Amino acid sequence: MSILEVKGVNKRFGGLQALGDVNLSVKENTVHAIIGPNGAGKSTLLNCLVGKLMPDTGSVMFDGQSVLGRTPYQINQMGISRVFQTPEIFGDLSVIENMMIPCFAKRDGVFRLHAFSSVGSEKDLTEKAEQMLIDVNMIEKRHMHAASMSRGDKRRLEMAMCLVQEPRLLLLDEPTAGMARADTNNTIDLLKEIKEKRDITMAIIEHDMHVVFSLADRITVLAQGTPLVEDAPENIKGNPKVREAYLGESA
Amino acid sequence: MFGLDKKDSTLLLIVAVLTMFAPFILNPFPEGSAMAQFNAGYPDLMQRFVIFGIFAIGFNILFGLTGYLSFGHAAFLGVGSYAAVWMFKLLSMNIIPAIILAVVVSGLFALLIGFISLRRSGIYFSILTLAFAQMMFALAYSVLTPITNGETGLQLSLNDPRIFGQSATADGSIPVTSLFGLEMRHTVQWDLGAWLFQFNVGYYFCAIIMLIAFFISIRIFRSPFGLMLRAVKSNQQRVNYTGLNARPYTLAAFVISGMYAGLAGGLLASMDPLAGAERMQWTASGEVVLMTILGGAGTLIGPVLGAGFIKYFENIFSKINDNVLHGWFSFLPDGLEDAIVFLLHPFIGKGWHLTLGILFMLVVIFLPGGLVEGGQRIAKLFRKDKAKNTAKSTTEPAE
Repeated sequence: MSILEVKGVNKRFGGLQALGDVNLSVKENTVHAIIGPNGAGKSTLLNCLVGKLMPDTGSVMFDGQSVLGRTPYQINQMGISRVFQTPEIFGDLSVIENMMIPCFAKRDGVFRLHAFSSVGSEKDLTEKAEQMLIDVNMIEKRHMHAASMSRGDKRRLEMAMCLVQEPRLLLLDEPTAGMARADTNNTIDLLKEIKEKRDITMAIIEHDMHVVFSLADRITVLAQGTPLVEDAPENIKGNPKVREAYLGESA
Repeated sequence: MFGLDKKDSTLLLIVAVLTMFAPFILNPFPEGSAMAQFNAGYPDLMQRFVIFGIFAIGFNILFGLTGYLSFGHAAFLGVGSYAAVWMFKLLSMNIIPAIILAVVVSGLFALLIGFISLRRSGIYFSILTLAFAQMMFALAYSVLTPITNGETGLQLSLNDPRIFGQSATADGSIPVTSLFGLEMRHTVQWDLGAWLFQFNVGYYFCAIIMLIAFFISIRIFRSPFGLMLRAVKSNQQRVNYTGLNARPYTLAAFVISGMYAGLAGGLLASMDPLAGAERMQWTASGEVVLMTILGGAGTLIGPVLGAGFIKYFENIFSKINDNVLHGWFSFLPDGLEDAIVFLLHPFIGKGWHLTLGILFMLVVIFLPGGLVEGGQRIAKLFRKDKAKNTAKSTTEPAE
């Protein structure tokens, strides 16, 4: 069963056709990678899914409901979490405080005036946040200032913040961009572990083919705003169309 | 204590002790001595310390937690003052209804202004709040003269109805503000040797209100709501993508801090029942920004320290004049004395703003965390010394 259905999405920026008639279907509990050369429209597509951009035409259905016209926080409350290309975390806060915020958002919704209880008295949520930190091997860093951590740790924290909300769909925008090889491998291991342990669907945008082929169940190749092929990883590797799009080889 | 952890309880206790013993602490120099003019322990000034402390505590809930710099907060203080004086004119001289109305009215104003201004952030938000405050100042100063009495300011008169009170006292004067008959101006004086200590009912009332306001602000800082506000300051994008709507959070913070300002305005009017448009001017809004940053934005105690610091300068430093300086330096040879007085002249009396400005710059450049950071650095220094000493004492015997 597909959890995310993108149908006939078009997006134009002035004279540039960023997305042209994109159709995409992400099946539940799979890892779906979206790849393509620079300027293929990967990030535009992602922004259309999370409410940052509004497509000109077409529909985006998540779990039978349209996400178009909703704000990013409403879409998040529907069960879509997003990991950014550069980790977006609360740099001024400690790691555990970073984790508490999505816990509150999950429990209390978009707004609740909780001005007179103390954060420390929320035992259940603290436990949940700490358990998540244990799962991603960051528990010993829980009182650290988030901004002072390494990029790999920030990425790990951001993923933990998304996962603690138990989203049904996790969107990852180049999760290993700008990472050292060792950090990339750590991230791959983390994502594999998440995939095995949790009922979660992931849509991942990635440049690094090593990452894509070690994780994806299904791959969509975008080129110049249109999907070129959609297939299993082993069929993508040898596909002449893909090679042409990436390397400019004539088939 | 009251749902606070140990550290916060200690802080609250220290502030409580300091405010309760302020008439002693602020009056260290005996009457008639040369230093007596540095005494700040008289009712009028002490009331200002705590009232502007409340104002700054409220401002800090908005600025310190969310990072939204409002440049029009004095408008709420002014609105609170007008509301309170109207209550004295129409209802009675009891300060409780006056203060309640001041808080409610300024809260409503804050809701309206916040709703519009919070559509933007950063400098645009500051400009919007400044524009609103200036509009309100202009309204109070001229357009709404029937309500605000224009440039003269709103005052009590013998013709006021005062439905639940009396228009005039038996001897034909305007009644004074009171808390169920306990007059705010009532002061007990205690002559102790060369010292004169003054215990004023109004001051103690304001001090208790400030302690309550301080307690509420601690609770807000430690609450999930406070955490969300800090999250908004840190990364609004992530807040949005974590399923939280930042607008109602910031609006709630704006309204709460507007109500604090209204409370301060109501208290000002309760101590001295008049309200003028100059309370809403942009310089007054700038002053609370200075107080908060000088003390330490985002810290609990900082704004109170900053408010005390600035009000002390405004009232004490501005009273030093050339004659006083000549008095201090009279032991020097004539020429040198005149030279020193000449050099110091721009910094005293009406020039206190200059001194304050220089101090403010020094604090912002060298202590970005304000006076609180200064205190922490000193404490750290002492701790280091101690650590060094203990380290020495343990290593020395090894020789």
